[in-house]
Amino acid sequence: MAFIQKNTEIIENKEIAKGFFSLWLNAPDMAAQAAPGQFAHIRCGDKSLRRPISICGADTESGRLRLVYEIRGEGTKWLSEQAPGYNLDVIAPLGKGFDFRGQSGALFIGGGIGSPPMLCAAKAFPGKAFAALGFRNKDAIILKQDFEEAGIPLDITTDDGSYGYHGLVTHPAEERLKSGGIGLVCVCGPAPMLRGVIELAKRYNTACQVSLEQRMGCGVGACRVCAVKVRDKQKDIYMHVCLNGPVFDINKFDVQI
Amino acid sequence: MSELQVNIAGVSFKNPVLAASGTFGFGREYGRLYDISKLGGICCKAVTLEERQGNPPPRIAETPSGMLNSVGLQNMGVDYFLGSELPFMRRAKAAVIVNIAGRTAEEYRAVAEKLNDSDIAMIELNISCPNVKEGGAAFGVNAASAANVTRQVRRHCKKPLMVKLSPNAANIAEIAAAVESEGADAVSLINTITGMRIDLKSRRPVLHTNTGGLSGPAVFPVAVRMVWEVYKRVKIPVVGAGGIASWQDAAEMMMAGASAVQVGSAMFLDPYAPLKIIDGLRDYAAREKLQNISEIVGSVKAYE
Repeated sequence: MAFIQKNTEIIENKEIAKGFFSLWLNAPDMAAQAAPGQFAHIRCGDKSLRRPISICGADTESGRLRLVYEIRGEGTKWLSEQAPGYNLDVIAPLGKGFDFRGQSGALFIGGGIGSPPMLCAAKAFPGKAFAALGFRNKDAIILKQDFEEAGIPLDITTDDGSYGYHGLVTHPAEERLKSGGIGLVCVCGPAPMLRGVIELAKRYNTACQVSLEQRMGCGVGACRVCAVKVRDKQKDIYMHVCLNGPVFDINKFDVQI
Repeated sequence: MSELQVNIAGVSFKNPVLAASGTFGFGREYGRLYDISKLGGICCKAVTLEERQGNPPPRIAETPSGMLNSVGLQNMGVDYFLGSELPFMRRAKAAVIVNIAGRTAEEYRAVAEKLNDSDIAMIELNISCPNVKEGGAAFGVNAASAANVTRQVRRHCKKPLMVKLSPNAANIAEIAAAVESEGADAVSLINTITGMRIDLKSRRPVLHTNTGGLSGPAVFPVAVRMVWEVYKRVKIPVVGAGGIASWQDAAEMMMAGASAVQVGSAMFLDPYAPLKIIDGLRDYAAREKLQNISEIVGSVKAYE
């Protein structure tokens, strides 16, 4: 399918937790094509490189695309300062998303800013979806209401115990897997969490798809910059987050995180 | 002959705007945005004799008005290129310039020989990649080794040969003269300038290879200067590259002595950059009443 690059109007760009923003764009053709797990590549002011941000939602009726991002540096700080009406230069949707074929129950696990693509994915999942999200603390919790409104059973953990389970997201995730009916685990978050979830999925003999992040250049697969190491039979090879991912099926690709 | 058509070393290109090697893959990805045959030509990602995995990530770092990269020549090897990438590029009607690299002069020669009977426009000899341990820029920063690899490839290569020069050489004009004397049909410059960035929190270099190649608008004035120096020194055509992001940049590079230009990093911000540059040059040629854009090549009125 063709890529789309367009100046898209900002409808809303609102802080939803300290340092986390929810951005709605008027982008009908992008919203129509977007699949869970894909990302948008955004030009941020005078920064030399675009910023890849995962798609959190696509409303095909209103023709709007939703991105939720965290201020990580100068690019995302610039983005947070843009008001509704501004035309943002976006290339989307990019990358390969989640594959739900043959699954009737799935658990969506997000860590911090890894949560937004999980909302999009859980809502689109054709069977029974569950979610488990981990955050630093109570103030860093995002999208809780969105999951609840979508009727997706949700467990929340915080690193400091200020809300929900005190500890790692793998704990409620394991409880959910124990209760059965889940054939697929989808996850996006920091590397230690990804490793923990992959290990968990293996232990419960459950399919697992991870959404990965890497410093990115072109975003379309041309520059071969956003490399991820994959163990392939005897040797290691490098695949690319923007081209082969960002979602990798760990049963097909032994990604080294 | 249209106003933008240019001739480089006997090869005719429909316009002087080429995609720079390493930024455009083999055209497949940007081909999902527009018709890649609109470009003058495509310098494909470097091709080596055997498949290469490249460097561990991170491979990219943002810099003021530019970026550092350290991909390390990841590619599937020349046989894969011939079997899978070239047929696609030819179907897309792109003029193909194949960037080749090797660990040794023999490897360069072997890759060039494999391309002898293929339907390509030109070979670009990459003796300037700063991101590999063996070969690459090791050949390009010394006149004797640059001359040696050019001689070995020239002897066995049936295609027009353009040598891509490193700005990390002490005197780039001397390298240009050395490869010209060994039969290079053209030179392209500049490849990236070696640079480094450090993350304050971790005290780690941002790039896994510690250093990488700087490109983007930050290097543009350096590239203009080097193109000008090389243009004055050699008789073969010079293809200018380094931070070109607009038609004005392209025209400036041509005035410094470039017969054509390569657009690289600018593509990452604006995939349509090369097409906008082509349109801008066409309008410029009309406004300046040029019969052909080549009239401005080397036209800088330098101070005595």
